[in-house]
Amino acid sequence: MKLTVIRSLLVATALALVATACSSTSQDREVVLLTHDSFALSQERLDLFTQETGITLTIQTAGDAGTMVNQAILTKDNPIADVMYGIDNTFLSRALDNDLFVPYRAADIDSVNEVLHVTDDLATPIDFGDVCINYDITAFEDLGVEPPSKLRQLIDPTYRDMLVVEDPATSSPGLAFLLATIAALPDGSSYDWKAFWTDLFANGVAVAPDWTDAYTSRFSLSGGDRPLVVSYASSPAAEVLFGELDTAPSASLTQGCYRQIEYAGILQGTHDEAAARELIDFLLERRTQEDIPLNMFVFPVNSTAVLPDVFTEFTMLPDSPAIMDPQTIDANRERWIQEWTAIARS
Amino acid sequence: MDRDSSLLGTSPLGKAGLATIIAIPSAFLLYFFAYPVASITIRGLTTDGSFSFAVIGHVLTDGPLLSVARFTVVQALISTVVTVVVAFPAAWAFARFDFPGKRALRAATLVPFVLPTLVVGSAFLTIAGPNGAIGVDLTGTLFLIVVAHSFYNYAIVVRGVGAYWERIDPHIEDAARTLGASAFTAFRTVTLPLLRPVIASTSALVFLFSFTSFGVVLLLGSLKQTTIEVEIWRQTTAFLRLDIASTLAVLQLIGVGIILAGYGWFQRTTAVQFEHATAPTRRPRKGRERIAVTAALTSMIVILGTPLLVLVIRSFTNPAGGLGIANYQNLVRLPEITAAFVDPIDAIKNSFIVAFMTLAIALVIGGLAAAALTYASRRVARGFDLFVMLPLGTSAVTIGFGFLVALSWPVDLRTSLLLIPIAHALVAIPFVVRTTTPALGSVRHNLREAAAVLGASPWRTWWTIDLKIVTPAVVVAAAFAFAISMGEFGATSFITRPSFPTIPIAIFKLLGKPGAAPFGAAIALSVILMGITGISMFVIDAIGTRASNEL
Repeated sequence: MKLTVIRSLLVATALALVATACSSTSQDREVVLLTHDSFALSQERLDLFTQETGITLTIQTAGDAGTMVNQAILTKDNPIADVMYGIDNTFLSRALDNDLFVPYRAADIDSVNEVLHVTDDLATPIDFGDVCINYDITAFEDLGVEPPSKLRQLIDPTYRDMLVVEDPATSSPGLAFLLATIAALPDGSSYDWKAFWTDLFANGVAVAPDWTDAYTSRFSLSGGDRPLVVSYASSPAAEVLFGELDTAPSASLTQGCYRQIEYAGILQGTHDEAAARELIDFLLERRTQEDIPLNMFVFPVNSTAVLPDVFTEFTMLPDSPAIMDPQTIDANRERWIQEWTAIARS
Repeated sequence: MDRDSSLLGTSPLGKAGLATIIAIPSAFLLYFFAYPVASITIRGLTTDGSFSFAVIGHVLTDGPLLSVARFTVVQALISTVVTVVVAFPAAWAFARFDFPGKRALRAATLVPFVLPTLVVGSAFLTIAGPNGAIGVDLTGTLFLIVVAHSFYNYAIVVRGVGAYWERIDPHIEDAARTLGASAFTAFRTVTLPLLRPVIASTSALVFLFSFTSFGVVLLLGSLKQTTIEVEIWRQTTAFLRLDIASTLAVLQLIGVGIILAGYGWFQRTTAVQFEHATAPTRRPRKGRERIAVTAALTSMIVILGTPLLVLVIRSFTNPAGGLGIANYQNLVRLPEITAAFVDPIDAIKNSFIVAFMTLAIALVIGGLAAAALTYASRRVARGFDLFVMLPLGTSAVTIGFGFLVALSWPVDLRTSLLLIPIAHALVAIPFVVRTTTPALGSVRHNLREAAAVLGASPWRTWWTIDLKIVTPAVVVAAAFAFAISMGEFGATSFITRPSFPTIPIAIFKLLGKPGAAPFGAAIALSVILMGITGISMFVIDAIGTRASNEL
């Protein structure tokens, strides 16, 4: 009995080893995409890439965007992928400074707003999303209080103990919101972001380690104690879609938002640059762009792409979201986070 | 028998056999642990081709980083002591007595072990968070971190100590009682000394798990309370400060090394060989005995059961309110709406594949390592013991990044899916070693000599005598290996494929999107994970018992 168990386990392992070995020795052309763990496109769309180009697409995920970029940097001399997608403007300069990318001008790049283009076409913009404060509509109705409309109002005693943010050192929306406050109240202004955060902490802002904890445990809509949370402009639409609702239970503020733009780039050392180009074109092509909103809950950059109804109805595009220059972010990121942490700990 | 007579020592397997059983696990650990970790560390500490030690000085004089190091050690020590004390009575009850539902309860102890910290964190927040059921917000307190670590590591003590205790003949204690010792004196002077090696060895495991705790500390701690593990992750992923991360990783390794060397010494100096009994467990008899067993089991059910019950109730609470199975239906419905979520059946299937591969790798490598430790000379065993345990004290980020910079040679394994069960096995092997070594070490030489006199070959003797005695420990080891793999270890530190989602990844994806529906579905999938784990543990136990009886 025991022998049989051991023997079958050994056989299973051997078979699995063989299966893994075989799967990587395919004869076809192959392109490998390195992306973050929020990547998602419909299977039909992904299959279409292979059908139309004859190139097999292998997708590898590597934790969050920061982890992914660092993995690409560490494997620069012998890359593990041909294309990297999902690097945002907070990390773009780190990739550019490390010469990760080969320039390429994507076929549909002219359908993308010039503001989003990258110098020398070293990376291609694919999507964007706005990090905004979301509020629980019912909670504010019950309180008989108007939700805040400006960033500065958050230090008002009316909104005491109402906001939960994410730690910018461990969370990407947390960092985005910190950058929104820095863009609005830059270093050197009479009332700067540091003074604002000091007041915000005095007004009882709560800090969660990541988005999931902030949104699913602290936000009042999910049963928590805070009616204001740093989330995405697309969150109300997602609430409607997943909950099969008629109206959105939350909405986002139009002020104090930060725009995260995600890029794709061809990695230096790609073993098939032509295939990598095909993949970049595929990502920016209208049909893929239209597949993005309902799978990744961000907006397509291609202006010819039509948004799904739930997006046009329940997401609002902020008035003038903060967009910060990647070089400025990269030069100051560590200092800003450390200064913020010092304020948070005091 | 002089075990220091040669470098390799004397073993029941002969010298060549011993060399083989040392070589195989060594090669595995050198290639999949030492080489990647050394590569990433050297890379972190090198600038322009030369070693720079400046950063080490910087880290050692950095106030905040030092307080992180202090907090890491303090919380791990307190968590270890509390876990061992709290779980000890249940280990006793399982080792000595029969009671209704014993096997199911024993299987259930491992359930917390597999739950993703995000899910457990949310259960703890429901109980003791800002809007918690007990009305006191305990987040950011050392207390809540220690409670969560005890919840996670309870099984290590119950299963580890319990499996060893079962094999101590209760009549030894009875003899002491007959000679006039009180129950407590008999326990203190007879049983406790026999248990010392296994207490030391399970404490080491609990300590390492608490020392490298990541999710629990991140969720339930505060900005002021982080561990070295969290700091390595922050320095690596947020700042790409590989120099600081590498220094911290080295410090972490040195700390772990010192602690392990201490434990190893303690375990060696206290190991006792004794006569094995085939655990004559019985129903608790006297009134006092009954009360004690009931109290031990009740405390266990409260500690482990409360957070689990919270999750089960939540999973059957519909997003729109009221009881029902909407969360389970959403588990299937949501992946049909968007590719952001994955098919739960796929995830379950993949988790089983990975878990079985982990189990196989960990049992083979860990079993050989345990045999090597038992039969090698003291000097070799000491070094090897430390080496086997080190992966448990190493951060998943260090290992994950190490794989990436090192494993392109001789074949490119960097993106191979095989690395997932191998990474899991690195964590599971110390469990296999820790649970089987004390049992192997307690096998009396004269039993083997008797077998040899009767004409059995060394391998045959090992197979019939040693293996039989260690089977219960191997079963415990297998259960842990399976559970470690089913859980979340390093889920985001390694390269994976979206086409190969596992249960923890499916849960993370649900937890990563807004709305009561995905959150409820995540809880439902966690409850399914609990069920799968419980049943698997039950089956592993049953197979083990049968095998043990048949041998």
